[in-house]
Amino acid sequence: MSRIRSALLPPALAILFAAALCAVALVISGASPLTALGVMIGQVGQGTTAVDIVNSAAIYYIVALAAAIGFQMKLFNIGIEGQYRLAACVAAIVGGLIVLPPVLHTLVIIVVAVLVGAVWAGIPALLKAYRGVSEVISTIMLNAVSLGAIAFLIRPDSFGVLQGNNISTKPIEPSGQFPGLDTGAGTIFGMVVVAVLLGVGYWFLLNRTRFGFELRASGESATAATAGGVNAKRMVIIALVLSGAVAGLAGLPEVLGRDFAYTLTSPQGYGFTGLAVALLGRNHPAGIAFGALLWAFLDKSAIALDNIGVPRDIVLIMQGSVVLSVVVAYEVVRRYELAAEQRRVAAQLRGAPAADKEVVG
Amino acid sequence: MTTLTRARAGFGTLPGWARSAIVVAVGVGLLAVTATLTGQIQLTSSGTTQAAVRLLLPILFAALGGLWAERAGVINIGLEGMMILGTWGAAWAGYQWGPYAAVVGGLVFGVLGGLLHAVATVSFGVNHIVSGVAITLLGLGVTKYLSTLLFLPVSGNPRQSPRVEGFETFSVQPLADALAAVEAQQRVVLSDVAGLLGGLLSGLTPLVVLGFVLVPASYLLLWRTSFGLRLRSCGENPVAAESLGVQVYLYKYIALIVSGALAGLGGAALTLNPGQLGYLEGQTGGRGYIGLAAMIFGNWRPGGLLAGSALFGYVDGVQLRAGGEAVHALLYGASILAVGLAVLWVLQRRWQTAAIALVAGAAVYAVYFSTETVPREFASYAPQIVTLLVLAVASQRLRPPAAIGMEYRRGEGD
Repeated sequence: MSRIRSALLPPALAILFAAALCAVALVISGASPLTALGVMIGQVGQGTTAVDIVNSAAIYYIVALAAAIGFQMKLFNIGIEGQYRLAACVAAIVGGLIVLPPVLHTLVIIVVAVLVGAVWAGIPALLKAYRGVSEVISTIMLNAVSLGAIAFLIRPDSFGVLQGNNISTKPIEPSGQFPGLDTGAGTIFGMVVVAVLLGVGYWFLLNRTRFGFELRASGESATAATAGGVNAKRMVIIALVLSGAVAGLAGLPEVLGRDFAYTLTSPQGYGFTGLAVALLGRNHPAGIAFGALLWAFLDKSAIALDNIGVPRDIVLIMQGSVVLSVVVAYEVVRRYELAAEQRRVAAQLRGAPAADKEVVG
Repeated sequence: MTTLTRARAGFGTLPGWARSAIVVAVGVGLLAVTATLTGQIQLTSSGTTQAAVRLLLPILFAALGGLWAERAGVINIGLEGMMILGTWGAAWAGYQWGPYAAVVGGLVFGVLGGLLHAVATVSFGVNHIVSGVAITLLGLGVTKYLSTLLFLPVSGNPRQSPRVEGFETFSVQPLADALAAVEAQQRVVLSDVAGLLGGLLSGLTPLVVLGFVLVPASYLLLWRTSFGLRLRSCGENPVAAESLGVQVYLYKYIALIVSGALAGLGGAALTLNPGQLGYLEGQTGGRGYIGLAAMIFGNWRPGGLLAGSALFGYVDGVQLRAGGEAVHALLYGASILAVGLAVLWVLQRRWQTAAIALVAGAAVYAVYFSTETVPREFASYAPQIVTLLVLAVASQRLRPPAAIGMEYRRGEGD
C-alpha cells in the first residue's frame, strides 16, 4: 500500500503544482484558468482530438522507452532526437526506393529504421566504452550532425523530391504503408500496436531476463555489478545501442501511417519529450504510458487554448514545470522515506542487545 | 634519456603563457600557409576574423558559464535554456532602453535560470542532467509565452522582438588601420597575420571586450583567490571542503548564479549581434551545448575554453563568410597539422601515435583531394564534428573536477 502511495503521490503533487503555477501565469496575463481548464478537458470529445492524443502518445511512448532503457543504466541518451530523425529519414528513403509485397515491404522499412537508430547510437556507445567520452556531450553533438546528414540526404540532387515549397523523400508505395484503424473520428496509427508490444517487451526484458537484471544492477551500482561478473563496457554498449534501436522506431508512426515520406518539415523535438516522459513515468512501462498520454493531451490543448485567445505556449510552461516539479517531488519523497526507514531501524535496534549496535554504528 | 624527450618535458614545464603563445603561433602559421597554398585568402581576411569574433562571443560566454558551474561540481546542460532566457531578457530590455540595458536584461534572466538550477540540484538533490533538460524545456516555454504576450503587440510577430539598438563599434587606432594597409598589400604570410590580427582589433563592441576580459578575470578569481579555491574545492571534494568550514551550499549557489549570468550574457550577445538585432525564436541554435563542448575541449580551464570557442567561432565564421570551399581548404590545413604532429612524435620515438596521426592526415588529405567542396549541410556542423573528433582522440587527457555531477548533502560525509 505504501509503495503504491509513494509511487503515485509525487507525480500527483507535481501535476497539481505545475497546474497552480500555470494558473498564476494565466491570471497575470489576464485569462481565466478555469475557462482554460474547461476548454482543455472539453476538447477531448471534439472531432479527432482523442485519436490524435492516442497517436501522439504512441510516439512519445516509444521515445520514452528508448530514454528509459538508458536511464536504467544511468545513461543519458540525449541523442534520441537525432537517432529517430535520421532513422525515419533513411527508412523513408529506402521505403520509397524499393517495391516489395505488402507486409514484407513494411517490415524492411521498420528493420532499416531500427538498424539506423542502433548504428547512430553505436557511435556514442563506442566512444563511451572505449574512450571514456560522456554520452551526454557526444549525443548532443551527433544530434546536430544528424540534422546536417538529413539535410544532405533529402537534397533534390541526393534522394529528395521537390514538392511545392517543401522537399521530401520519394513517397512510399501503399505496399509499404502500415494500415491504421479507422474509428470514424480519425485513424489510429497501426504503429500504436507496435508501441504497446514494445512496452510489454520492455517490461519482460527488465523483469524476467538475466540481461534486464544485469542492466538494472549496473545502473544501481556499477562496482557491485562488475564484482558480480557483469562486463561494464558491454553493458554500456548494449544499453545505448538498444536505446537507439527503439528510438529509431519513433519516427515511423507518422512516416508509415500519415505522411508516407520524410520531409524537411517532419516533426522534431520528440527526443527531449522522451526524456521528460520517461522521468514522469519513473521508467516504469505503465507510468510511461500515463506520462505519454498526459504529454499528448497537453500538446493538443495548445490548439484548443489558442482558439479562446490563451497563448498556446502556456502548455510548454506547463510541461516544463511538470518535469521539474516531478523530479523534485520524487527526490523529496525519497528522502522522507529514507529518513522514516532510518527511524524505524533505529527504533528496532533500541530494543536489541548492545553488542549488535556496534556493528551497525 | 635523449635530448628530445627532455625537450618534450621542456614544453610541458614552460609557463602557461609561453605554451599558449606557441600554440597560437603554430595556429596562425598553419592558417597563413594554408591560405597561401590553397589560394583561399578569405581564411585569413580581417572580415573572417571579425565574423569569427562575433560568432565565438556567445559560445565563449556559455563556456565560461559552464566553467563556473562545473568547477563547483554542478553539471550545467541547462546553459542552453539559460541562454534562451538571456536572449529574451536582452531583447525585452534592449528595445526599450538601449544596448546597455539589453546586457543587464540578458544577465538578469540568465540568473533566474541559474537560480532555478541551483534550487533543484543543490537544495533538492535532483540529478543535474535531468534538471538541465527541464530548465531548457522551461526556458523555451517561458520565452515563447512571454514573446506572445509582450512582443506580439509591438512587432506583430510572436516569434520575434522589435529591432534592438546595437552597440556602436570601435577599433583600436591607429593599429587597426596600419594592419588593414598591410593586409591590402597581399604579401605572403605577413598579410595573413595582419588580416587575422586586424580583425581582432576592429569592429569591437563593449560586449566583446567584456567577454575577453572575463576570461582572465575568471582565471584570477577561481585560481588566485581563496574564494576561488573554496569554490573549486566544492567541485573536487565537497565533504573535505565542508570539514574545513566551507559553506558548500552557498558556494554552489554563487557558482550557479554566476553561471546563469554568463549564459544570459551569451544570450545578450546573440540578441546584440549586428547581423540580427533582436530576439528570434530558436536563435540560440544549440550554442549553449557548443559552449559546454568548448569548455570540455579546453579541459575545464579558462585559456582552454577560449581556444575551444575560438576554434568553433572561426570554423563557423569561415563557413559563413566564404562557404564550403573555404572549409574544404581547412581540411588541407588539418592534414598539414597531422603530418607535422606525426613528425614531432617520430622524433620523440612515439611510433604508434605518429602512425595514427599519419594515417589520419592521409585520410583527411584523401578527402580533400577527392572532393571539390564540403557540402553546405555539413560545413555548418563542422564545430560539432570537430568536437567529436577531439573528444574521441583526447578524452583521456582531460581532467574534469573530481566530484562533478555527484549529489552532496550537508553533514552526510563519511
